Amino acid sequence: MIVVDVMSGVLLGAGALFALSGGAGLLRFPDFYTRIHAAGVTDTAGAGLILLGLMLQVSSWETGVRLLIILLFLAMTSPTAAHVLAHAARRDGVPVWREGDERR
Amino acid sequence: MMTFVLTNVTLLVILIATAIAISRMRALYEATMLGALFSLVTASLFVLLDAVDVAFTEAAVGVGISTVLLLGVLALTRSREAVTPRRRHLPALIAVLLAGGALGYASQDLPAFGAADSPVFSHPITGTYLHQSQEDIGIPNTVTAVLASYRGLDTLGELVVVFTAGLAVLSLVGPPARPEETMPRADFHLADYRIIRIISGILMPFILLFALYVLFHGEYGPGGGFQAGVIFAAGFVLYGLVFGLDKAQRVVPRVALRILVSLGPLVFIGLGLATMLLGGQFLDFDVLDPNHPEEGQHLGILLVETAIGFTVAAVMTTVFFSFASRGVSR
Repeated sequence: MIVVDVMSGVLLGAGALFALSGGAGLLRFPDFYTRIHAAGVTDTAGAGLILLGLMLQVSSWETGVRLLIILLFLAMTSPTAAHVLAHAARRDGVPVWREGDERR
Repeated sequence: MMTFVLTNVTLLVILIATAIAISRMRALYEATMLGALFSLVTASLFVLLDAVDVAFTEAAVGVGISTVLLLGVLALTRSREAVTPRRRHLPALIAVLLAGGALGYASQDLPAFGAADSPVFSHPITGTYLHQSQEDIGIPNTVTAVLASYRGLDTLGELVVVFTAGLAVLSLVGPPARPEETMPRADFHLADYRIIRIISGILMPFILLFALYVLFHGEYGPGGGFQAGVIFAAGFVLYGLVFGLDKAQRVVPRVALRILVSLGPLVFIGLGLATMLLGGQFLDFDVLDPNHPEEGQHLGILLVETAIGFTVAAVMTTVFFSFASRGVSR
């Protein structure tokens, strides 16, 4: 059982790290598109790894199935949300940040 | 207990920070988005307080539908808040402090959270509902038993409130425009949004299935007509947003909506009259199946929940269609 616990701990830690780095990126990145990228990491890698870590800890398979459904739902919706945001910004003419530009 | 307190405090801090950010913000689009965040955090708090039914509704209405409606309104008006004159700051501050102080003072009279001697627990009616309902009605979720059967008349009142609010909005905004008037503008290309269209197409059956599950599972777990209605409506609103109003109106025509809006109160009151004709009291479901009162209760509760679901979904969808079609047809 110790192996499962360690794996689950590693997954949870990695997920928390991704969520944290997503938050940092949201504050630090220079423009809209890069910030969407950071927020997307929080939703997909962060939440996904945490859910996988939790799935290793479940005591009954019903809970595992529920977590799996949440994972599938997140895997479909959050990249779509990030894509739609970026797409709308592109249509609206939000300029892309290039090396040397100022932060926006 | 420690985790419980920690989670609650964190959520409350986020809630307060969001409220302050909203009040300091002039750009109304951003404020609307933060309003959605406020609702989401509120919904999480409701889950922590074991009020999952309320959390469902808050998540679907507060985060989904009302945000979409506010965005639709902002598209019709200016999206920047007018600057308040300085001389109004002091009266506003006094009003807020007085109201907040009164609420804080009144909250001293509330029993402590989970206190065993609070009126909710010590009143004999609680025992009646918790124990007697298993014999009278025999459904595990006491909330549904109280809501649909014991206090059916109150719920009828709530449904009439939803119905009246819908009518009031429609009489102010006007009914939804005809589908041919709500054709999207020429620069709206569905292919442009192919990914969100495909993803929402995949998710749509699951959203509607989940709404049906919440509707029919209300006797056994959290859920019921109000929650199912708003989830249905959220699905239709999503469809309208992604595929265009004309397509959404082809799925749910205006005539059907108009009938469904009034169907709920009609079925509810009709059921009450039917129980009276069968010799019982208004909304006494026992008489629906005289030999098996429990079966009668089940039938009555199911009909009532379905009626509520139809009306709530139809009112929400109609309000969205009316607001959105004003934006398109102008």
